[in-house]
Amino acid sequence: MSKRIIILIVTFFAAAHAHAFCGFYVAKGDAKIFNRASQVVIVRDQDRTVMTMANDFQGSARDFAVVIPVPTKIERGQIHVAEKALIDHLDAYSSPRLVEYFDPDPCAVAERQMDMAAPRAAVTEAITVTKRDRAKSLGVTIEARYTVGEYDILILSAKQSNGLETWLVENGYTLPKGAAPVLESYIRQNMHFFVAKVNLGEQARLGFNYLRPLQVAYESPKFMLPVRLGTVNASGPQELFAYVITTGGRVETTNYRTVKLPSDVDVPLFVRNDFAPFYKALFTQQVTREEMSAVFLEYAWDMNWCDPCASEPLSRDELRKLGVFWLAADNAAKGVFLTRLHVRYDHAHFPEDLVFQQTGDTQQFQARYVIHHPANPGNCDAAAAYRRELRERQEHEAKNVAELTGWKVGDMRQRMHLNAAISPAPEKKWWEKIW
Amino acid sequence: MIDAGFVSPASRIQRGMKRFDPRLYQIGALTLLLLYGIVVLDFDVTLLRAALLVGTAIGMQALCSRFRHVAFDPRSAAISGLSLSLLLRSQSLVLLLAGAVIAVASKFIVRVRGKHLFNPTNIAIVALMLMTNRVWVSPGQWGNAAFLGFLIACIGGLVVNRAARSDVTCAFIVSWTALIIGRALWVGDPLTIPIHRLENGALLLFTFFMISDPKTTPDSRAGRILFAALVAFGGWYINYRLFRTNGILWSLAASALVVPIIDALLPAARYRWRIPAAAAPALHDQSLATAA
Repeated sequence: MSKRIIILIVTFFAAAHAHAFCGFYVAKGDAKIFNRASQVVIVRDQDRTVMTMANDFQGSARDFAVVIPVPTKIERGQIHVAEKALIDHLDAYSSPRLVEYFDPDPCAVAERQMDMAAPRAAVTEAITVTKRDRAKSLGVTIEARYTVGEYDILILSAKQSNGLETWLVENGYTLPKGAAPVLESYIRQNMHFFVAKVNLGEQARLGFNYLRPLQVAYESPKFMLPVRLGTVNASGPQELFAYVITTGGRVETTNYRTVKLPSDVDVPLFVRNDFAPFYKALFTQQVTREEMSAVFLEYAWDMNWCDPCASEPLSRDELRKLGVFWLAADNAAKGVFLTRLHVRYDHAHFPEDLVFQQTGDTQQFQARYVIHHPANPGNCDAAAAYRRELRERQEHEAKNVAELTGWKVGDMRQRMHLNAAISPAPEKKWWEKIW
Repeated sequence: MIDAGFVSPASRIQRGMKRFDPRLYQIGALTLLLLYGIVVLDFDVTLLRAALLVGTAIGMQALCSRFRHVAFDPRSAAISGLSLSLLLRSQSLVLLLAGAVIAVASKFIVRVRGKHLFNPTNIAIVALMLMTNRVWVSPGQWGNAAFLGFLIACIGGLVVNRAARSDVTCAFIVSWTALIIGRALWVGDPLTIPIHRLENGALLLFTFFMISDPKTTPDSRAGRILFAALVAFGGWYINYRLFRTNGILWSLAASALVVPIIDALLPAARYRWRIPAAAAPALHDQSLATAA
């Protein structure tokens, strides 16, 4: 039976959930926003790295296997299986969001603010492959083979890509066209590989009907994410969400431009019910604007606090499970700073792997969009002025959303019922205002 | 021979170029790049900060000139201030301004045989990066989209510079390109990868505005070519063998330490900025005098 190397990526809306400051966040459910997306959590301090890769593989587990390049030789014990919920939580916590405010009634002073939640994109990557050995004659050594959770792990060291390729093919895997040169390049750069495949018996015994994220811990000066294998047989651009956790300071790519997503923009009310398409269109528009050559910053925050939080912050225990090893040592002095990067990439625009650096920038950033619910004032003096301002504001919001998403401003006005909804009250004559 | 009656337009232009101080072109080009960075690329620097950096560098230059009894010339200091605005990032204004102070002060303090050792901007960045993790340089900030325009600006600089010390720039480009493409060929990468690495604004800025600084490169042509190759190899080694960022910045600072040795082994006349004859002797002239 032939297995495939599959590069797969899925997305979903996880339900975010009520919380925090002077309002609450409302969740939206189950729209798939981004197709072909992957989620990776990179925890790093000094040269120590823990990488968690989430799989949302939807096919038969029998066909699943993944080849993962890593910068150093891996030993038994450096690979681990994490809970999917950890990444879902991290995603919910850091996703772009919609914040909701209510205009005070200009006739009565009442103020209320609400916030509402956002969707987020999640992801998963899997590069499926294989097993078994005949090995050494091909220059492929199986350093170790063991079972972790529902996965059978094979740790390989290969000297030549054709050996590795042959070995994979002989073991029933079809490599995508173009993968061999990339494997060769990685081997020459002293990268190592491990192969994970699903142990169906273990999976049944453990009772999971989905694949849990794989984690790998290694120590290397290379602060990078290998994405080249993922672009080899992709039929179009892919999405990647990288959550990078460091001891302090925003992370950026050094070989691609890192751009902040537009934030703190007033948008029309209808975005409340259409946040997923809005965010997706916005992201696509920004990608186009940057000629698909940039990595986008969606969130940068010290995880010791958040106000507002879109979701409950991750507990110390959750962070430790994600690999924040400095917490395990109970080293309270070190911070936990999260950077969420989102990139849409393909082979043409992202020829080389992503290389990162930690900066000294500790400024908080979140991609945040604001809606204002108009008040429904009576006929007091202030109401007329309020209606005029409101009309201007709504026009502004229509232009904002068109600018952000590339949608037509005329359509936006129509959706906002701008001509019908608010007919400004006739202005009072000057003498009417005297008494 | 220039006085012999007819002067061709070409030689007139050449003469004009000779009189034109390349630093003025540099100031113009760096200012345009900075404006482009702030307005289009949304650099993490404001005009106010950039103005403060340039102002501090010039102020420091005035102070040091007075202290050392040399004529005040703000041009080099302005270049240092602009370069720092383009390269150095920090949340702390104090650290940025410290960069401007270090840059200018280094010219007056760290001198070997009457010649300042380090490129002012380079040493300021490297010194601050060694001292604190609150400053950084974003080599990816330029992206690759604006490469062509950037290249034109840089080549313009080369022309204005009348190839005076363009040999160091050319030698660096050749060495760096050879190393980057050589590595790609060795690991079997497609050429799109080295080309992507070469199409980098930060690299161009370094090549045309930093390593080309005639005051801190060796005096002889052979020495300069050797120096450029050394900087390229060091930078490549740091980036692709040690896997650290900003290899060329570290490498330039380290290689500067070798310049006095290169100058001793391969001596030649020292560089002087082309300044009007009537102008008072500036620091570099004095340094010539003291070296003599």
